[in-house]
Amino acid sequence: MTKVDDTTHMTTPPEIGGIGHRVRRHEDARFIEGQGNYLDDIVLPGMLHMAIVRSPVAHARITGIDTTAASEVEGVVAVVTGELMDQHGLAWMPTLSGDTQAVLATDKVRYQGQEVAAVIATDPAIAVDAAELVEVDYDILPAITTPQQALAPGAVLIRDEKEGQTDNRVYDWEAGDKAATDAAFAAADRVVSLSTFYPRSHPAPLETCGAIADVNSVTGQATIYMTSQAPHAHRTLFAMVTGLPEQNIRIISPDLGGGFGNKVPIYPGYVVATAASLLIGRPVKWIETRSENLISTGFARDYYMTGELAVTNEGKILGLRVQMLSDQGAFYADAQPTKFKAGLFHVVTGSYDYPAAHVVCSGAYTNKAPGGVAYRCSFRITEASFLIERLVQTAAYELGIDPAEMRFKNFIQPEQFPYHTPTGFVYDSGDYPTALRKALDEVGYDQLRAEQVAARAEGRLMGIGIAHFTEAVGAGPSHTYDIAGLKMFDSAELRVHPTGKAILKLGVMSQGQGHETTFAQIVAEELGIPVTDVKVMEGDTDNTPYGLGTYASRSTPVAGAATAMVSRQLAEKAKRIAAHLLEAAPEDIELKAGELFVKGTPARSVTIQDVSLAAYTNMPDGMEHGLEGVHYYDPPNLTYPYGSYIVVVEVDPETGVWKVERMVALDDCGVRINPMIVEGQIHGGLTEGFAMSSMQWITFDDDGNCIGSNFMDYLIPTAWETPRFELLETCVPSPHHPIGAKGVGESATVGSPAAYVNAVIDALAHLGVRNIDMPLLPDRVWSAIQSAQG
Amino acid sequence: MEVTVTVNGSDQTHDIEPRVLLIDFIRTRVGLTGSHIGCDTSNCGACTVLFDGKPVKSCTVLAVQADGHAVTTVEGLKSNGTLHPIQAAFKEEHGLQCGFCTPGMMLVGAALIEANTEPSVDDVRWAISGNLCRCTGYMNIVTAIQTAAATGEG
Amino acid sequence: MFPSRFDYVAATSVDEAIAAKGDGGDETRILAGGQSLLPMMKIRLANPSKLVDINGIPGLDVLERVNGHLRVGALVRHADMVASDLTFGAVESAAPWISDPLVRNRGTVCGSVSHCDPEGDWNSVLLATGADVVARGPSGERVIPIGDFVVDLFTNALNEDEMVTEIRIPVPSGRSGGAYLKLERKVGDYATVAVAAHLELGGGGVITKAGLALTSVAPHNLKVTDAEAALVGEMPSEALFAEAGELAAAASSPRDDVRGTAEWKRQVVRTFARRALATAAASAG
Ligand SMILES: Cc1cc2nc3c(=O)[nH]c(=O)nc-3n(C[C@H](O)[C@H](O)[C@H](O)COP(=O)(O)OP(=O)(O)OC[C@H]3O[C@@H](n4cnc5c(N)ncnc54)[C@H](O)[C@@H]3O)c2cc1C
Ligand code: FES
Ligand code: FES
Repeated sequence: MTKVDDTTHMTTPPEIGGIGHRVRRHEDARFIEGQGNYLDDIVLPGMLHMAIVRSPVAHARITGIDTTAASEVEGVVAVVTGELMDQHGLAWMPTLSGDTQAVLATDKVRYQGQEVAAVIATDPAIAVDAAELVEVDYDILPAITTPQQALAPGAVLIRDEKEGQTDNRVYDWEAGDKAATDAAFAAADRVVSLSTFYPRSHPAPLETCGAIADVNSVTGQATIYMTSQAPHAHRTLFAMVTGLPEQNIRIISPDLGGGFGNKVPIYPGYVVATAASLLIGRPVKWIETRSENLISTGFARDYYMTGELAVTNEGKILGLRVQMLSDQGAFYADAQPTKFKAGLFHVVTGSYDYPAAHVVCSGAYTNKAPGGVAYRCSFRITEASFLIERLVQTAAYELGIDPAEMRFKNFIQPEQFPYHTPTGFVYDSGDYPTALRKALDEVGYDQLRAEQVAARAEGRLMGIGIAHFTEAVGAGPSHTYDIAGLKMFDSAELRVHPTGKAILKLGVMSQGQGHETTFAQIVAEELGIPVTDVKVMEGDTDNTPYGLGTYASRSTPVAGAATAMVSRQLAEKAKRIAAHLLEAAPEDIELKAGELFVKGTPARSVTIQDVSLAAYTNMPDGMEHGLEGVHYYDPPNLTYPYGSYIVVVEVDPETGVWKVERMVALDDCGVRINPMIVEGQIHGGLTEGFAMSSMQWITFDDDGNCIGSNFMDYLIPTAWETPRFELLETCVPSPHHPIGAKGVGESATVGSPAAYVNAVIDALAHLGVRNIDMPLLPDRVWSAIQSAQG
Repeated sequence: MEVTVTVNGSDQTHDIEPRVLLIDFIRTRVGLTGSHIGCDTSNCGACTVLFDGKPVKSCTVLAVQADGHAVTTVEGLKSNGTLHPIQAAFKEEHGLQCGFCTPGMMLVGAALIEANTEPSVDDVRWAISGNLCRCTGYMNIVTAIQTAAATGEG
Repeated sequence: MFPSRFDYVAATSVDEAIAAKGDGGDETRILAGGQSLLPMMKIRLANPSKLVDINGIPGLDVLERVNGHLRVGALVRHADMVASDLTFGAVESAAPWISDPLVRNRGTVCGSVSHCDPEGDWNSVLLATGADVVARGPSGERVIPIGDFVVDLFTNALNEDEMVTEIRIPVPSGRSGGAYLKLERKVGDYATVAVAAHLELGGGGVITKAGLALTSVAPHNLKVTDAEAALVGEMPSEALFAEAGELAAAASSPRDDVRGTAEWKRQVVRTFARRALATAAASAG
């Protein structure tokens, strides 16, 4: 595969490095020399260390906590319990979904790993030594480990402290039109259904979560270094939780070693460290261990889904019905827009054109960790995309139609955009048939189908899986989307200095996506300032404009747009300054690749650098000095990236072990600002999709003990298991985004699990196998073969 | 116990408890934070250093065991102000995203290309299979290591 | 990630090591590669009061063929086995599948053997090839057949004041072959199921010696003696190996867990035993 710049949208030369260039990443310079500055690398004078005491059981009443022995260990400065937190009104905190969550348990523990106490000591090893000595007495209660158990009559009440809560139900929510859907089903030749469970997963960035709270008892200034994907929102929420005045809170999110949604919520550890620093008057550092990360912080998925498709015998889809039950854990802490109880799950209608859908969702409390984060996914779209793509595949088998053909028959056609879906989304743009056709051609679909016939004749099991997903990313618009009341806009502040160099400050937060490069390229594109002259700054709330942060693939659609808009705002001013310098009318000035010239006479020109200098040294009368601006961008709609993924597998019939032979992934994310970075994002997402479909999950035993609490049990594929990927692209720009880009950071995680699973099911489809729940562990595959063969 | 470990060519003497792990010694006693901690079960390789030239998980070696031995960390890859070819190749081939696994990956890569100047894709994938990356899907890491090998300066 | 406190002794001779170990009693552990012990100590599953580090003892890294044996000293690392051209059959086949490349640079064969983890790979290989463990204590050396050395889950036959100094694996002189087939969920995972097979062939190709042992499907690595008996004296064939596979499956006692059901694991034993024996026979030429 030769790598080429995306010349289609390229308007600048490589020296400037605007849109379409494979600009090598600015941030890499520090990382390749070990000079990154991650949270645990930060050391403050007088810093103390915190270790958290966690519940070993899933559900129990706390009858006593004895901290005497722990307090006596040399080097221990304080032992914090829920009782102490309660004295400061901090034993509970609000979640991002309007529920409350215990910071340190006072009454009951509700999941294994819940925070019960914290030890603050001069050395991290001493903190761990002492934490072992904190004695907690538990009165064990029955553990509820599934939402079905939770909602069964007579189930023990998990949230007994919550006023008005009489059962374990968290929410009921629906979307679409029931009557229209019932009518569609009544008119159908057949109804095809599929029930599947998308198991609990965890983003598990390689760097765990942590914080260093530094509260100055004299000035009241609280500087909190925190692994945060959303520092501004966290500052506001921190102010609300702790009562500290917001101007005194400064959140600094240093380099993040990955996030994937895990670093969106506020965790009890952050709050306890801050409270401890406030009480003790010294900085307090808390770094999670991996097992703490896996057992207690934001999980993802855990959706039980049943879908039904109303179809004609010819394979035309008439309607969709979905029932979903989610396992929310002990506290409802999904990080998602307020109006939508199941995130954007109602995008489940997929890439297909049919008039009616009805989606009914419920959530239940269980004795498991809370979370529900958008793990490399725009708020539950991963689950939705998985269900519809599995369902369409099932329908194809039931109707005897080729799975690719089934999709072509039902695709939304290019001329139907903007397309209004039956659950209320307005897809912005796309050409699905071209995308799938191109991917099929690349993989050699017809030939593969012929090989499959031959393989079956030899007793071999080969499968070809397709998934064509449509994602909805880039929230706002603010009229529809907010997190805990904060509207989902984003911002960019651009300052061009007198020497023509610039600094761009953003409200979002990179976790490896390469913002320092991509966003500099947007400025380079719009103003013609060389990309290497643009510094990008994020993650310090005192020094960046407000924004909602990076998750749900929203940085490019929202902050990227803000960057383009603020650059254009400065371009307008630059033209006026150039007009003054060139003695021409502002409307006659054009800006191209950093040259400002008089229309028709390109010889009469100045550079953007000349103009920058003039902005501080030689301004026309009446114009404000400087070349700086801020833009807050409220997107008019979400963007809808999509893709066609095809996976080829071989299954060992004797053991159920399966291997990916090929993975072809076509993505359309609109205009690619830096194709190299886009491809990297896709590689990462395809790997996580493979992980979830094959090995990566968290499960629990009947007592609520977490299985998957470390990297021995929570399996992350290595380079050896991970398939090789073949990438393709098409480009249908977003019509409403200033540079036509759509988000891409999560597409591959959203789209690929169904492709892997569909491939394995396809290998067994002739035996009558229709479903195996993820992860497709070899024993499950083997058992499916056994039961199909009777 | 007093130990002396040669870290990136310089002798580092510190008085430590036997329970101090090598990773902790490097990060908090020597003060080099390029080596990371990603797990507590010796599964991730974020802590990889070269121990007498061989890649090992420094979270699974006691610092006292390194007494009298030579350790190379990511900070020691560059020599005379010039990036090691593996460093240049990771940047060139976009072999990193968040950068957290990167020091470990580069050190394993550096050791590999010293022994094998023309590693195949499988050779590289096998060599880095003790190191987890959550971001890149490994594709560009493999390319980067092969690219570095091709410079012949490993 | 912070072990409990302990005392540390860096031994410079075997005598010093066994003396230090003997003094400390139960709570004292030999530290070899540390790749099983330190992970347990980091999460405080093991809290020994004293560690006797043997890494500085000269001569323990011996890896050589002598008197029809492959001698594997107590400081021979898994990676040394991968790199060595002295290995053969199942030994050669197993080496690259032990843990991951980084762990292989530290972990030792003898440490793994001593650890007696039923999910450890080496003990199956040693059971199949009929190796001996050499132990040293204050009263000298004793040679323990591997079948006697492995007592139970995490339990070996060493006395408190003994350590393993080397392993002796008999090197077949005639036609022989072996294989180690391991089903692991990913690199660095312990075996879900693994099978070690070793065959020696006599004149006309008849099987004169057979070794078959299983990993992770019993409370300890399991030598499948019925299958071995059924193989000896027969000509290699698919049917024979399938029969051995059945015997292996019957001998195993796997359990249901997150890795899979017992029924399926037995099926993998059946399949892998058959395949490993076929590979062993094929490589015996
Ligand atoms: C991530 C990871 C994955 C792994 N995967 C596998 C795998 O797939 N297969 C596998 O077989 N192993 C695996 N292991 C374990 C690894 O192979 C260890 O190296 C091995 O089990 C122990 O050897 P060691 O030299 O490290 O022993 P140590 O950890 O030093 O010691 C282990 C035990 O044996 C005792 N001991 C060590 N040497 C002696 C001796 N000479 N005499 C008496 N007692 C002694 C110690 O006191 C201790 O109780 C893995 C380890 C890790 C960290
Ligand atoms: S920190 Fe994960 S292997 Fe060392
Ligand atoms: S680059 Fe983030 S873990 Fe590898």
